Amino acid sequence: MNTELIGVIVTFLLTVLLAYPLAKYIAKVFAGERTFTDFMNPMERFIYRISGIDSKKGMNWKEFLTAMLMINMLWLFYAFFLLLNQASLPLNPDGNPNMAPDLSFNTAISFLVNCNLQHYSGEIGLTYFTQLFVITFLQFVSAATGIAAAVALFNGLKHKTTENLGNFWDIFTKSITRILLPVSIVIAVILAFNGSPASYDGKDSIVTLQGDTVAVSRGPAAGMIAIKHLGTNGGGWFGANSAHPLENPTYFTGMLELIAQMIIPIAMLFALGFYIRRKKFAYMIFAVMTIGMLFLIVPTINWEMHGNPEIAKMGIMQATGAMEGKEVRFGPAISGYWSIVTTIISTGSVNSMHDSSMPLSGMMQMLGMLINAFYGGCGVGILNYYIYIIIAVFIGGLMVGRTPEFMGHKVEAREVKIAALVTLLSAFLIKGGTALAAYYFVQHGNADWAVKPSAWLNNPGNHGFSEMFYEFTSSNANNGSGFEGLGDNNIFWNVTTGFVLLLGRFLPIIGPVAIAGLLAKKKYIPESSGTLKVDSATFGILTFAIIIIITALSYFPPLVLGPIAEYLGM
Amino acid sequence: MSQHKRNTKLFEGSLVKGALKQSFIKLKPGVMLKNPVMFTVYIGTLIMLGVCIWIAAGQTSQGSLAYNLTIFSVLFITVLFGNFAEAIAEARGKAQADSLRKTREDTPAKKIFLIGDNFVNEMKIVPSSQLAKGDIFLCEAGDTIPMDGEIISGIATIDESAITGESAPVIREAGGDKSSVTGGTKVLSDKIQVRVTTGPGESFLDKMIALVEGASRQKTPNEIALTILLASFTIIFLIVVVTLKPFADYANTPITIAAFVSLYVCLIPTTIGGLLSAIGIAGMDRALRANVITKSGKAVETAGDLDTLLLDKTGTITIGNRKATNFYPANGITAATFTEACALSSIADQTPEGKSIIELAKLDVSKLNTNGATFVEFTAETRSSGINLTNGTKIRKGAFDSIRNMVTKAGNSFPNETAEQVKVISSNGGTPLVVSENNKVLGVIELQDIIKPGIQERFERLRKMGVKTVMVTGDNPLTARFIADKAGVDDFIAEAKPEDKMNYIKQEQQGGKLVAMMGDGTNDAPALAQADVGVAMNSGTAAAKEAGNMVDLDNDPTKLIEIVEIGKQLLMTRGTLTTFSIANDVAKYFAIVPALFITSIPALQALNIMNLHSPESAILSAVIFNAIIIPMLIPLALKGVAYKPIGASALLRRNLLIYGLGGVIVPFIGIKLIDLFVALFI
Repeated sequence: MNTELIGVIVTFLLTVLLAYPLAKYIAKVFAGERTFTDFMNPMERFIYRISGIDSKKGMNWKEFLTAMLMINMLWLFYAFFLLLNQASLPLNPDGNPNMAPDLSFNTAISFLVNCNLQHYSGEIGLTYFTQLFVITFLQFVSAATGIAAAVALFNGLKHKTTENLGNFWDIFTKSITRILLPVSIVIAVILAFNGSPASYDGKDSIVTLQGDTVAVSRGPAAGMIAIKHLGTNGGGWFGANSAHPLENPTYFTGMLELIAQMIIPIAMLFALGFYIRRKKFAYMIFAVMTIGMLFLIVPTINWEMHGNPEIAKMGIMQATGAMEGKEVRFGPAISGYWSIVTTIISTGSVNSMHDSSMPLSGMMQMLGMLINAFYGGCGVGILNYYIYIIIAVFIGGLMVGRTPEFMGHKVEAREVKIAALVTLLSAFLIKGGTALAAYYFVQHGNADWAVKPSAWLNNPGNHGFSEMFYEFTSSNANNGSGFEGLGDNNIFWNVTTGFVLLLGRFLPIIGPVAIAGLLAKKKYIPESSGTLKVDSATFGILTFAIIIIITALSYFPPLVLGPIAEYLGM
Repeated sequence: MSQHKRNTKLFEGSLVKGALKQSFIKLKPGVMLKNPVMFTVYIGTLIMLGVCIWIAAGQTSQGSLAYNLTIFSVLFITVLFGNFAEAIAEARGKAQADSLRKTREDTPAKKIFLIGDNFVNEMKIVPSSQLAKGDIFLCEAGDTIPMDGEIISGIATIDESAITGESAPVIREAGGDKSSVTGGTKVLSDKIQVRVTTGPGESFLDKMIALVEGASRQKTPNEIALTILLASFTIIFLIVVVTLKPFADYANTPITIAAFVSLYVCLIPTTIGGLLSAIGIAGMDRALRANVITKSGKAVETAGDLDTLLLDKTGTITIGNRKATNFYPANGITAATFTEACALSSIADQTPEGKSIIELAKLDVSKLNTNGATFVEFTAETRSSGINLTNGTKIRKGAFDSIRNMVTKAGNSFPNETAEQVKVISSNGGTPLVVSENNKVLGVIELQDIIKPGIQERFERLRKMGVKTVMVTGDNPLTARFIADKAGVDDFIAEAKPEDKMNYIKQEQQGGKLVAMMGDGTNDAPALAQADVGVAMNSGTAAAKEAGNMVDLDNDPTKLIEIVEIGKQLLMTRGTLTTFSIANDVAKYFAIVPALFITSIPALQALNIMNLHSPESAILSAVIFNAIIIPMLIPLALKGVAYKPIGASALLRRNLLIYGLGGVIVPFIGIKLIDLFVALFI
């Protein structure tokens, strides 16, 4: 078998293999059982004491969300302020300037919401100080926020009837001290040994083969690259992200980064099964998500490995596949795999340029983000999937002749309303944003802006449309990858995507946690043989069908006008 | 149980005519607003009307007037179809209720006037419409009862076939649990005085008619939740269509208003939107066809969710009375002697048990020599009955201990093998009757409860639906357990007192379960009110009928089983048609989207997988398909999707295949066929 494909399969199997023990550990941490990291206890207690937190106090869903939103708002202002003033702060060996207000607005939000859409390049746009205390800091806390929200959902499912979804502060702190920090350290050390820089010395200079002297940006990058993947953040230290030779030096680090970004989303799924003691339910979800992933990955790798038909028409051999925008050390198979992994789980780090993928591969990447629940982001993937479950439960419940129930709780108007709103929101943000961009591009192409709308797109026609659509899709999914080729560092894109990022992050967290809280409060109804079994394969198929049909119906027209038209026109 | 159904054809001429008229009357914006999905179609129709006028006034960029007028007409028809579905469901329900009500309109009533505190025989004949609640009237043999009421004195046999279809007369008497009479039924014998319990227009039937007509119809919780989901789909598609305008501008493709409106109407779930209220009404109507009056639509819906049914043993699980099933002669007594003694002892016994002994004996009673014999009646003191023949032979039959006392008092011993047999019979859920002749034991008769044929299968069916059955009986726990096992119920309440039912219901509800029960007595009223679905028998007391949320006109205790299925059908019909409606969109997209862009992006011809004739014919075919699918599904909406007790997962698989996969495939075929037809004209 093709060694490139073996590399892909081994990477995926290793991820699942490692996720399993991690899941057991995560379930233990949040159940308050003894683990080997209990030596962190005194430190956590110290944090609670100086912050005046009673970590034992249970919270209902409203209190839980209030705590989460308050602290997130605080971080937003903090990040915004530091970015605006980074030039005069320490640790700026390269002498980089302050960030412009609209770009700071976008960047602060983008990292707060675990998206890491980057309208700047790290080498010149940030200082080591802001890389560490804004970017890396937010990469930790945003991932922990996602995990905390998912654990709130777990708590709602665990008990027959409860108002207590757990203590936000406690879950949040432990997500960092027990999960993100220890695992990141391991990954960072491996990365550093494999060539990723971990230095505060500023730019280095090398002499190239041609004899030119080139300045090479460096920095304490290894740690950031670790959490960027582990927390499904995706924002690169360098502008070229994980295609950059220092950010992702070898095929081995590529595998490591792939495993790192996927391990927590999968582990959280298994952990759900262990934590609420319904393993079959968790495995059913895992199966649905994996099948969904394969539907996207298999054709993508196939297209990328077979090369570009337009080039083939010119009579040029493409023995190594479609190599435009790809790194030679990775090749098309693992790059295709990466492009889907990074889009389905909302990491958004890239090891190749998605702009250069085959048109339908580009569509698969977009579908990954539009669905945003095949594994999904750190913690939030399960929340997104939960919304689909609620809709599937509702329709499926009616179809078996009973008022819909999920895990012994009746799903009624209020829960359906929230689920419907969250579903609506994505369609509204993505298509509304793209429509607005298309409107300005067409009707006000020559508006007197710093960057004229007519100059946004590097490519005309269908591909240009895909670039705009991809940008909003990525923002709404809190993914952060870019199709590139889009002139996005200007006021229009910074501001619009900023708002899309905020809404696309917090409403899909608030919604599911609220539903979980509302359902958990209700009277528990024991299961009977007339009840819809949510851990059955049939229900899995129904959920899968609902995901596909909602996505297809909501986004068919833009997908036709973008990638499908481009493909058919080839 | 009675299987008579009032079968009216689905589309009866007179009903259709009325419903057609109603479809137009329902076009009032205020009425349309109740259904958000169809309301937006209504708006789309008005927009198209505007476009047609605009074109007539000289606008040229929107295509031909004929084409736009056609789109407008199809949309208008879509709205009318939705209204028609609701109207026909209402008309059917109303016709059903009317036919029940007709029986009681303006019958002469013999009203009794109250003077002082006493009823005197001052009686006037007044039309029934003049009777008020609390009035008292008299009914004699041959009279039709003018109003629903409660018997305050007397006993009568009544022919209730007008409402139940059951021709055997029933007995109704003052006091007790069978004191209610219904307007329209006929007194066959004797004389009763009845107090009117409902004023004109307030009977359960009147209430139900109001529900069906929509005057007091409220959306049920599931209906509200579904409406929200459908509304959100509608908004998603509104976003699809609105954002398509800038997308099309980007792609340099002019799109006509007709195309936008058509795409929108095709995508939103009009099929389920148009049929939603019809489905709800049809649910109540189906209950009425099963002769059950529901006091709210919610009760029908709740019935589908029931977890536990409380069923009275007598009449539901067993045929009314016990029957003799076996004769066990004592040692030394021949079977023939014993059989004859048994028959003799029961000759004068008019109780059903006594009659069943004669039946089992299979002897010609007239050949037995009973001349001059005296019969000994059953008394609470002796707890035995029998016969004293002229030759001095005294035959007695009775309970085990009373006969044993009698025998031992006379100095004889009670045979061991008979005592053993008595125990065996008891533990098998039977009742032993010991027979003696001249204070010597002859043997024992076994009486058994007879379980209704077919009841085990029905309980099995319920179990597959996930419904637990509980038998309520006054028997002792031993007997109760035996019958429960034999009939296949899941649990039983033995030696039940009225408060036991109440406690059981409360306990089940505490565990989150929904409970239904059937009752008729005043002492059942609290439990009927406590139950999630309380079905009162029409023959029951007014208090019971008031407390329950359904009234069964047939007084049939097995009706609960039917009610559960009706409730499940209601929910399933909604779920499957929603799935069907949404699944249809796939084909509609493939029809319309290529049509919209094919001029500017010719490569999209590849998406025209149905190979439709032209962009106009594609759009028109999709809109027409969208319209005609509504009336085509009306029969399904009215009859309901068949419920099969095959377990939830299997049922889901089945419905997903039929309505999900079917919903994807059918419109591809339908639109293609319509396109072939439309292409003849374009």
